[in-house]
Amino acid sequence: MNITTETKDDATLLRFQEERLDAHNSQELKDYLVQLLENGAKALILDLSEVRFVDSSGLGALLSGYKNAGLRDSRFALAGLQTRVQSMFELTRLHKVFETHPSVEDALASLARGTPHDSKSD
Amino acid sequence: MTRNRISLEIEIPPQTRYLGLIGHIGEQLAREMGEYAGDSDVLAYTLNLVLTEALANAIKHAGCENPVLRVYISIEENDLCIQVYDQGKGFDISELPCPDPEELCERGRGIFIIRNLMDSVDYRKTESGNVLEMKKKLKTA
Repeated sequence: MNITTETKDDATLLRFQEERLDAHNSQELKDYLVQLLENGAKALILDLSEVRFVDSSGLGALLSGYKNAGLRDSRFALAGLQTRVQSMFELTRLHKVFETHPSVEDALASLARGTPHDSKSD
Repeated sequence: MTRNRISLEIEIPPQTRYLGLIGHIGEQLAREMGEYAGDSDVLAYTLNLVLTEALANAIKHAGCENPVLRVYISIEENDLCIQVYDQGKGFDISELPCPDPEELCERGRGIFIIRNLMDSVDYRKTESGNVLEMKKKLKTA
């Protein structure tokens, strides 16, 4: 799994630099997200703009991150979803669950405003 | 008139590292089908996704007797058929629940996704092992 991590404006910014998020790398991402949350990350922004393919295992890893963040009162947001990836969220009705933003900058701006759930799709 | 028929038979080890390869094959196949009247990008993503989900499912149920998964893809006229064989214990596809979006389960969406994208999905035991068979009628120009 190719992922970079940096801290920006109190948020942990993760750039997932893979074309696919599938059953081959989803467990690794899941474990990594849990590790960051256990280490005290209060806001995770996962940049998926390079991902053009997500399968059900990938969605499962993202759900794990979402649920673990909720358990710790941390914030978990996705940024930069490509159209086909967004369609996967809609197909599985998960677009109503995740906080998503068009870009990392939008996610950071939302974080600065302190409005955690203002961008969920209807 | 010659009937157009494309048939692929693929054997891969039951390892998730090959999911990208099989998905890529599905995408390239979709792009070669020039007579398809729909959006070729949508069809490419669909084939990538159903092949990935089916193979991931087969890897999970592969069993250890035969360390190879077999995939058949055929397109004849506008009939697409994908068969994925595994040698595991199998499962009853009719008993798989529809995932509840409220429950936020991390697993159990693979077959649901395939069912949404294909016209028919069947999983049954055969003399060659268990087979997940997925069919879709493609639009033609």
